[in-house]
Amino acid sequence: MQVYLDNNATTMVDPLVVQEMMPFFSEIYGNPNSLHKFGTASHPAISKAIDQVYTAINASDADDIIFTSCATESNNWVLQSIFTDYIVNGDKNHIITSEVEHPSVLSTCKFLEEQGVKVTYLPVNDQGIVEAETVRGFITEKTALVSIMWASNETGMIFPIAEIGEICKEKGVLFHSDAVQAVGKIRVDLQKVHVDFISMSAHKFHGPKGIGALYIKDSQALTPLLHGGEHMGGRRSGTLNVPYIVGMGKAIELATENIEITGAKIREKRDRLEDALVELSDTFVVGERWNRTPNTILISIRGVEGEGMLWDLNNGQIGASTGSACASEDLEANTVMLAIGADNELAHTGIRLSLSRFTTDEEVDYTINHFKEAVARLRAISSSFAKQQPTVGGEVQECELH
Amino acid sequence: MAKADILGESLWDAYSDKVTTLMNNPLHQGEIFEADAQARGHKLIVADFGAESCGDAVRLYWEIDSKTDTIVNSKFKSFGCGTAIASSDVMTELCIGKTVKEAVKITNIDVEMALRDDPETPAVPPQKMHCSVMAYDVIKKAAGLYMGVDSESFEEEIIVCECARVSLKTLQEVIKLNDLTTIEQITDYTKAGGFCKSCIKPGGHEEREYYLVDILRDTRREMDEEKMKAAADASASGESKFEDMTLVQQIKAVDAIIDDSVRQFLVMDGGDMEVIDIKPTDEYIDIYIRYLGACNGCASSATGTLYAIESTLKEKLSSNIRVLPI
Repeated sequence: MQVYLDNNATTMVDPLVVQEMMPFFSEIYGNPNSLHKFGTASHPAISKAIDQVYTAINASDADDIIFTSCATESNNWVLQSIFTDYIVNGDKNHIITSEVEHPSVLSTCKFLEEQGVKVTYLPVNDQGIVEAETVRGFITEKTALVSIMWASNETGMIFPIAEIGEICKEKGVLFHSDAVQAVGKIRVDLQKVHVDFISMSAHKFHGPKGIGALYIKDSQALTPLLHGGEHMGGRRSGTLNVPYIVGMGKAIELATENIEITGAKIREKRDRLEDALVELSDTFVVGERWNRTPNTILISIRGVEGEGMLWDLNNGQIGASTGSACASEDLEANTVMLAIGADNELAHTGIRLSLSRFTTDEEVDYTINHFKEAVARLRAISSSFAKQQPTVGGEVQECELH
Repeated sequence: MAKADILGESLWDAYSDKVTTLMNNPLHQGEIFEADAQARGHKLIVADFGAESCGDAVRLYWEIDSKTDTIVNSKFKSFGCGTAIASSDVMTELCIGKTVKEAVKITNIDVEMALRDDPETPAVPPQKMHCSVMAYDVIKKAAGLYMGVDSESFEEEIIVCECARVSLKTLQEVIKLNDLTTIEQITDYTKAGGFCKSCIKPGGHEEREYYLVDILRDTRREMDEEKMKAAADASASGESKFEDMTLVQQIKAVDAIIDDSVRQFLVMDGGDMEVIDIKPTDEYIDIYIRYLGACNGCASSATGTLYAIESTLKEKLSSNIRVLPI
């Protein structure tokens, strides 16, 4: 058996999605911008996909949802164009984000800092989320944008987007949310929450890689990131990626049409897995379960280094993830775990397991067994569980490395 | 970056078979207990290096025959990734049968070499080279405990890059000799900074005492100072060329000439001048001056007087001088 538990990284494309995409490669291949029937033949399918995306997040017809190549593009677009429109060509000079955003937000913010923008990186609380009132405290007259993720890729923790949205609305500040880990996992209803922009990515909800979208409330102005032809009303140039747009439409529909029911089924398996793993001594899971996306567990196992654990899981045909790979050049420990104030010791021991609607009960059982075996083996090797004490003078007083 | 780097090699695929095998089945993993070592008439040394909070920790056990100082048995415990476990395993293997003095000579490079499948291919990818450094450090610590000396005493020089074992002295020499100005050049010349990258600048994998960025900056400053000192020495002995002087020296030299040979004539006519700036261009060394008093607006100030000033400076300092009144 092999078990894929890295669905926050990417997901399997649902075969129903592939089926929907197939005609648009070699049968209906015209450029939708062409006047001839080869071009217009794809219009009904694109319209349908647009409807599917609007319906999935309950956007209003006055809003824009523009297809992009990925959420990294969507995040870059918002941040770089807010810079152009409100900072270079306006009187603002401040962006608020959090310490735990995806690199496509954090790196872009660092880039903007180099261009002279003031960026505030908000800390998270012990649950790994930014508190709404913290956001309020940092908004000034110079603030152009608040960009806070909807849910964390590392912990699955859901941020108080509704409250932050209200604060931004009250203060008249634009609000962007990277909703990559929320759309398709939990209900995202844009009639109930105030956000100006959200980023999405199809491959996180069983759609294809290479397609994402940016939601723009009330079709408000935002300088394009990609200039070129008049595609998608001139907002984002580049020939429409017809099969992928069709695929994203189908994928978001499948992921959201019964999201409460599907989510509950995933949650049940996740909870069972989590309950079994925390039976192991000296473990803890980040974030309260009720406020997490239903598929995610970030568990810390004392004495077992994250990458070593991944290695053993991989030997058992289980794909998982760690934010604490000891090979990473910059990230010594899991930044999210450090940010939530976890013990330093635990910050190197995080393993993320992320399920999907395709995860089976058998796979959960198999994972529980292998996970426990791997922990037993690695703890047997681990210096943290050694019995013979060091020779006097041979003990480590404090971290001699980093 | 080039074609081969576009996808990038998978970290684990770059491990040698030996690393993989030892990670899965380490041969010397385990503990030696005090009572057992004593029962065999041996001395036990147990040394820790690193900590869980660092992301890497190793505990090394040496059972030593005190009569011969020979390590008769060695085991390890490790909190770390696959390469850390495999490195620790090979390290204990290398220690067994050696005297403590011999063991101290084992470096991280030896450990990494022992993990290779063939001598030409590195056992681990560059960013993992760091893991074998732990093995080196813990051996020094164990030897220090046994011999009752500070483990740092085994280190003859200051090692800045542990992965490639490049010393501070080597780096300073290479920077000076080759007039290096970038970190990339330092890595090309010495391999320092080419592996785990911790030693390049603060904030990397591991906190270091010395960083390449600081060494480069300080060495460059030292080089500049040496240059300035040489210029000052040459100037003092009257041998220096105007072009090689520092700006301050140039201004002083120009002022000295003006005082000696020019100012008296200007003052006689109720005028004066001052040097504003000196700027070397591709063709000239431009000296910007300002006329004061009666000179200011005097017809000759743009012709005869200017010519006299310029030719005096040209003759005494450099034929490249051009004087520009502003």
